[in-house]
Amino acid sequence: MTTPTALIAEDEPLLAAGLRADLAALWPELVVAALVGDGASALTQALALLPQVCFLDIRMPGLTGLEAAQALAEDWPEGVPFPLLVFVTAYDQYALAAFDAQAVDYLVKPVDRPRLQACVSRLQMRLADRQAPFGSPPGHPASKPTASAADDSLAQTMNQLRALLGAAAPGAGERPPLLDVVQAQVGSLVHLVPVAEVIYFEAADKYVRVVTAEREHLIRISLRELLPQLDPQRFWQIHRGTVVQARCVSTARREESGRVTLTLAGHRDKLTASRLYAHLFKGM
Amino acid sequence: MKDAAQNDPHSALAAALHRWRRRLPRTMLILPAVCLAIAALLWTLSGGGFANQLVYSLSIGLCCNVVNDLAWFLQAWGHDRLRRLRRLPPSAGPFASGWAGVVPAALVCVLLGPPLGQVLAHSLLGFNPPSLFDLGSKSARVTLVVSALATLLLVLLLSAAERVSTARAEAEAAQRQAAENQLRLLQSQLEPHMLFNTLANLRVLIGMDPARAQAMLDRLIAFLRATLNASRSPQHSLATEFERVADYLALMDVRMGARLHTQLNLPDALRDLPVPTLLLQPLVENAIKHGLEPKVQGGRVEVSAQREADTLVLIVRDTGIGLSAAASAAHAEGSHFGLAQARERLTTLFGSRATLVIEDAADAEGGVLVTLRMPVNNAAIAATARAARTP
Repeated sequence: MTTPTALIAEDEPLLAAGLRADLAALWPELVVAALVGDGASALTQALALLPQVCFLDIRMPGLTGLEAAQALAEDWPEGVPFPLLVFVTAYDQYALAAFDAQAVDYLVKPVDRPRLQACVSRLQMRLADRQAPFGSPPGHPASKPTASAADDSLAQTMNQLRALLGAAAPGAGERPPLLDVVQAQVGSLVHLVPVAEVIYFEAADKYVRVVTAEREHLIRISLRELLPQLDPQRFWQIHRGTVVQARCVSTARREESGRVTLTLAGHRDKLTASRLYAHLFKGM
Repeated sequence: MKDAAQNDPHSALAAALHRWRRRLPRTMLILPAVCLAIAALLWTLSGGGFANQLVYSLSIGLCCNVVNDLAWFLQAWGHDRLRRLRRLPPSAGPFASGWAGVVPAALVCVLLGPPLGQVLAHSLLGFNPPSLFDLGSKSARVTLVVSALATLLLVLLLSAAERVSTARAEAEAAQRQAAENQLRLLQSQLEPHMLFNTLANLRVLIGMDPARAQAMLDRLIAFLRATLNASRSPQHSLATEFERVADYLALMDVRMGARLHTQLNLPDALRDLPVPTLLLQPLVENAIKHGLEPKVQGGRVEVSAQREADTLVLIVRDTGIGLSAAASAAHAEGSHFGLAQARERLTTLFGSRATLVIEDAADAEGGVLVTLRMPVNNAAIAATARAARTP
């Protein structure tokens, strides 16, 4: 059996140290490959170290634990089993408890020993499931039967992540009014771009690229702020950084990786829908 | 009239109409009763049939009431017109509380009501209608004088009763508001996220460093006690306020570790100045929650007090992500409650003599600067303190 590895993302240093100490007592074989204090580091470290388990605090500076998980789901390399996710939070505002802990587990701080023990047992069982039944040699987790088991668990994980991200979206009660016109400023000139003409929006650092058939603009707003101002029936998020107007998509082709490649009507660009949003494109 | 009032819910006319509706049941009860009493009085004084006297007194009562209401609406309407002419926004002005316009309306009512009522009664009873101010007969004079006196008395009594009930309703509303504020303060201070994270840290410390755990627990106890007691004493010394801030910062220091640096500057000369209880603490919480917690590398919170002539200046400064970034952060839920609440308390206590300004810090370190100014010689707090002590 390969040595299990884990990443702990927790912005409060004592809590991170405490979790590591408790895990060391309950699961001595587990190697904590990295201990990070913010969401962005969690993402880069996880992608670099490819741990089997990620403990993600939800409220962290930079990316939240949920956003880090979303980015992981989108950028995780093929052929490596997606890590088992455990969300950690002091206050359960996302109704995590409603989720079946088979794919995504959760811990509520302060974490008592029996609860952590239960979590560890589940993780151990699931890691064993990944490797044992077909006796695939260690280091080749992508061999056929295991890969299909991993696919199932990945699909389940994606479903739960989708639901969690939906729950984390700004409350419907305080939804801002829908945007009619995008105002893009260039120097002292402001371009008014009707939202109906926008083919897609793409996050670019602190800006959002607004792409129409004729040209593109940059607006100084984050995609996170923009999203609630768009009609969700017409504008679909297909990636954490991309929102496309549904009527401008002409074809969608599912790739082996689970991603979906989109061609657009009226524009040469091709867009990619991540695994998290691939379910949007299915034949009727 | 009704249309205009409905068009603008903030106009004086709308307020007057609202008051009229509210008073209607009472008026319909009291008016016939008083008219009955007056009829009986007049009947014993000047004879004549009781039925006749009743018709007279009811007619006069009705006319007085209608004239009074009309005079009152007219004043409210005039108030609205005047504001519109001066291009001021509509306002209910004094017409919402029910004391405005009472005296002029009563005068018009006393002068016009009885003669009009007499004319109405005459025509109802089939007598020759007299001219409006026919004071020829003795009985007419008696009726007029008695009616006028009764009307005057009634108007004054009703107004006084209304004033009492309005004052009571206002006091109740103020009490409810205070209780609500208290609850919201409590909710924001005992925020589950803060509380459980603190307890989680404490749990780890107990195993790792019992002495430090004990010190942290002491801070937590002081913090909880201050929060739960905040409603009991409306003021305490600035030194105590700084101690409460220090408790909170000590808890946050354990939680955030190297990401948080704190600095408290309280000159000795200002230690004993009275300030409203837990005025600063929500501002410091804001600085951490919306400024430093979202910032990966953390930063510094500085709380300082200084005196400028008769003004106490309190400053909360952080080197966090700044105002616009904080505003755009997704978790905006309840974010500015601390500020709104501090501002509200200052306004209640000092009116326009206190200010609270929040701005992006101008220097290179960035972050947010909150400057709070209030009069040093604050009789207002003392008065509130006295009011709170007397049950």
